[in-house]
Amino acid sequence: MEKDKEDFMPKILAFLCNWCSYAGADLAGTSRIKYPPSVLPIRVMCSSRVDPLFVIKAYLSGADGVLIAGCHPGDCHYEKGNYYARRRFVMLKKIIEEIGLEPERLRLSWISASEGNRYAKTVTEFTEKIKKIGENSTKNRIFL
Amino acid sequence: MVKALKINKDSEQAVIDLLKLLLEDNRIKGVLTLKKINKKGDVAYTLITRPDELDDAVPFYPLMPINAGKLLSRFTLKGKTREPIIAVVKPCELRGFIELVKRNQGNLENLFFISSTCGGVYPIKMAVDGVVKNNLSRYWDAVKKNENAADLRPACKGCEEFIPYTADMTVDLIGKNDLDKQCVILLNTKNGEQLVRNIKLGEFIEGELDKEKLDKLRVKREKEKKKIFDEINAKINGIDGLIDIFGRCIGCHGCMRVCPICYCKLCEFESPDSEYTPSNYELELKKRGGLRVPPGILYYQLGRLTHVSISCVGCGSCEDVCPVNIPLTSIFKKVGESVQELFNYIPGRNLEEDIPLITFEKEEFAEIEE
Repeated sequence: MEKDKEDFMPKILAFLCNWCSYAGADLAGTSRIKYPPSVLPIRVMCSSRVDPLFVIKAYLSGADGVLIAGCHPGDCHYEKGNYYARRRFVMLKKIIEEIGLEPERLRLSWISASEGNRYAKTVTEFTEKIKKIGENSTKNRIFL
Repeated sequence: MVKALKINKDSEQAVIDLLKLLLEDNRIKGVLTLKKINKKGDVAYTLITRPDELDDAVPFYPLMPINAGKLLSRFTLKGKTREPIIAVVKPCELRGFIELVKRNQGNLENLFFISSTCGGVYPIKMAVDGVVKNNLSRYWDAVKKNENAADLRPACKGCEEFIPYTADMTVDLIGKNDLDKQCVILLNTKNGEQLVRNIKLGEFIEGELDKEKLDKLRVKREKEKKKIFDEINAKINGIDGLIDIFGRCIGCHGCMRVCPICYCKLCEFESPDSEYTPSNYELELKKRGGLRVPPGILYYQLGRLTHVSISCVGCGSCEDVCPVNIPLTSIFKKVGESVQELFNYIPGRNLEEDIPLITFEKEEFAEIEE
């Protein structure tokens, strides 16, 4: 069992905003910074494009973690998108908590286009955390 | 203290008389109210322009066939009513309508509202069985005594928002011992006051709601609510609990159709995109080795929760129409209140308050980011 946990590589769905976090992830790659191969990135034009439904869908489809990343507050390409995203995330996390699911599988991070290191660090940290929590049990459920 | 109209008659009859007079005087052109549709005592929301049609109106009938906020949105969606209309609605219906207006799904212009301190309503199922009318005297006795009537819907038993926020006129019903002899209509707004100015009915006095008395009922309802929430909390416990509760959902989407907050014309859950294709099935089956049919029940329910909870007024319609008795309102209200609390938001309280998700403060919730 312990060994299983060691081998377990989480699947993390990452919604990255086009202008900051996606470029940050790109920079991490071009700078050859090492981070775990756990992330499936989805590029969105803005962190506020992420409908809470996307996250619910990901969760029920068995994603072990969901990361939403956008520009730092004040730096949004559309001026205020990330502020909306933040409120929506606060709401979503509360809902997940209230219905007894696992809010720790969700993460919101601000990563700018120049923060390749921060991106790698975020992914590494989050992956470690998810490894500790273990697999998302919805993966094997048939009554969804 | 506000201006009030005191009429020495049974409260329901007094309101009917007032509505008739308003129609006859041409101060309003239409009335939306509950009205009996047959001798058996079935009721439906009806738009009335001829005064004598108000004879068998039952404005305070303890039933909510459909949330009137949703109805009002349907006929003001494409623009304001051109003639002044007055609607007799329950507090949660009014709040639902205000939330819809905030979403550009309705127009408040030329609309007047009469509401009341609300004693709650019976489940639709009781109306279907035709037993509401047998309970009427017991219902009004409980209202007079400042108590919850037996057999009310759970949503109403635990409802603390029984005083309307934005009604032009509020009829004081709860805890009024003499409500079958005397009716006090509080004129909360300038519009309401103007509408009944110099009307030849009753007398104008100064009045206000008896806060102390209403607080006593609120305490009872709080207790009831806590009981309901505790029950739900014990049941909803992670994915197993959710499957337990929502597992019997038949996917009729009735809850969505009656919800005053669900308004999307192109609903995600009804779009062809969310229909499972053969390859979707294959993919899911490969992964899971089995699949509930129809699939996507939790996705639908939890998805609706994320869309609705910020504005859920807890009107109870969803639970009322659910053919398989899922305690929807209890869940949506519990989750809704916890979300609304984050933003100090009470849906439908004030038209000027933005829906929390379309506004923000620059400095807030910093701790949520990791």
